[in-house]
Amino acid sequence: MKTMDSTKLQRKGRKKRWTKDDTELSLLAAPTVVWYLLFAYLPMFGLIIAFKNFKIHGNFIKSVFSSQWVGLENFKFMFTSNEAAIVLRNTLGYNIIFISLGIILPVILAVAIENLHSKRMAKVYQTAMFMPYFLSWVVVAAVVWGFLSYDKGIVNSALSQMGKDPVNWYMSPQYWPPFLIFMNLWKGLGYGMVLYLAAVVGIDPSYYEAAVIDGATKWQQTRYITLPMIKTVIIIMFILNVGHIFYSDFGLFYQVPRDSNSLFNVTYTLDIMVYKSLKSSTVGMASAAAFFQSVMGCLTTLAANAVVKHIDPDSAMI
Amino acid sequence: MQKLHYQTGLEKFNRIRNSTNILYHILFIVLSLICILPVILILSISLSSEQCIQDYGYHFIPQVFSASSYTFLWRQHTILFRALGVSVFVTLIGTAIGVLLTTSMGYVLSRPQYRLKNFMTWLVFIPMVFNGGIVSSYFINTNFLQLRNSVWAYIWPLAVNSFNVIICKTFFKSTIPDSIVESAKIDGATQLTIYFRIILPISLPVLATIGLFLCFGYWNDWFQALLYIDNSTLNSLQALLNQIMNNVDYLSRNAATLGISSAEMARTMPKEGARMAIAVIIIIPIACVYPFFQRYFISGLTIGAVKG
Repeated sequence: MKTMDSTKLQRKGRKKRWTKDDTELSLLAAPTVVWYLLFAYLPMFGLIIAFKNFKIHGNFIKSVFSSQWVGLENFKFMFTSNEAAIVLRNTLGYNIIFISLGIILPVILAVAIENLHSKRMAKVYQTAMFMPYFLSWVVVAAVVWGFLSYDKGIVNSALSQMGKDPVNWYMSPQYWPPFLIFMNLWKGLGYGMVLYLAAVVGIDPSYYEAAVIDGATKWQQTRYITLPMIKTVIIIMFILNVGHIFYSDFGLFYQVPRDSNSLFNVTYTLDIMVYKSLKSSTVGMASAAAFFQSVMGCLTTLAANAVVKHIDPDSAMI
Repeated sequence: MQKLHYQTGLEKFNRIRNSTNILYHILFIVLSLICILPVILILSISLSSEQCIQDYGYHFIPQVFSASSYTFLWRQHTILFRALGVSVFVTLIGTAIGVLLTTSMGYVLSRPQYRLKNFMTWLVFIPMVFNGGIVSSYFINTNFLQLRNSVWAYIWPLAVNSFNVIICKTFFKSTIPDSIVESAKIDGATQLTIYFRIILPISLPVLATIGLFLCFGYWNDWFQALLYIDNSTLNSLQALLNQIMNNVDYLSRNAATLGISSAEMARTMPKEGARMAIAVIIIIPIACVYPFFQRYFISGLTIGAVKG
């Protein structure tokens, strides 16, 4: 977004006239602008239903205006509900783990795979590990079911072969936190690795050559060349992820545990709460939770960016 | 990543030790297996006979091979083909619409002289940090835009994504020389002609990247169906699988409406195998395509990670 300042300055210098070119470009952009207005900006305006007792009377926009203001009533309702604490704990807790592991592990793997002697095998591993990223959560839920089904699952047959009792996985919340973390890593590891690998491959080899001549070890090369060179990518991924800290992957928390009530305590996150209140027509609660998510998402992105900007102005996103 | 690779003596000297190399290989083999085996499991369940699943549970290698799940689905082809049709339609049309909307905006943003460039940049940028959330989107899409139980409910909400627009903008900015556009303008071409006749044909790599992102997004989408589709004739493959996962009798119940008695169906149908067979039908096109198009994906990720 830095380019904006410079164009602003340019414009001040010479006042441009509206040309035929501008008309044509505007026409070309028009369909996308309409899309943005309908599917991005109208919902933003719709966020105000969080402060209203929203009732549908005909058209959506009319209903927004005709619904009665209730101030912070919806938020009070949401935050005093029994679920609020669990939801916040789960959403933030999982996300903090996802963000830290989701940066550390792929970076380590990217550096490791780049150092393999055989580039062909590296490509094979990379392709295999990318696979889960392309599966939808519905398919992943079917995969997990193949492992964890009580009477037919692979895990329980292995347990019974070892002479242990089968476990009813979908009823045992204690196993799920590590399990959900594993699934999240499983699906995203290949993607993260490829992303950082692309940055690692782009580093000019002459840096390494110079370092080798100076007698740098492999570890020193990684520490003082590779990591600083891919720092920008890491930081941008970090800011983007922090901006999503109040969002959770709906598929992971809804599809994979098969919406099991016994797992409520460890799988209930903000997105599930929004979805369920929406489907059960408790619109007040749903809209308050959604408003909270949107505002916090924006604030955390800006905050993370501000912190980064303070420490290292060149790496900031905005 | 199609870098020409030659090894200098220095590079050979700087390689990791052989023992470390082997250790890394073992690590990556294990990780690759963890990523691939679950998919093999699904395939194997879909190829096992129902009796064998009932008796011995799921296995990585079918105890008794049987294609009955697939023949069963073939006999149920009205349900399956309709879902497949919806998925294919949504993926093709959605990708086409999405690519046009995304690249046209990307091109407009990449024009340095454009008067509304700042305004448009903000228009695209703001939704990246702030969004309306699913509740108001839900009401707008169902009530205002009347998308409920319409195939367009799959398509419109996912058509444009600010990240994709910025990828396009970055690509056009760095690869299209201004002189091409200027000379076309001198020849009397309008911006629309330039975009369709010059820019799109020479920008195949970015079209492939955006197209793939959208294609996989549409093919894998089940959330829009969960929100907006109640009518089972409009189910996509993902929605169908979702319903069968939640209710193993879904197929037999729907088969009853097609004239076969449901009691008979329930007795003979390979329930377990059939739902895994649907998962396989979803996975196969992806698994066949992505290894070859990986590099377009990667190029998109790389441009996307560069700041806009």
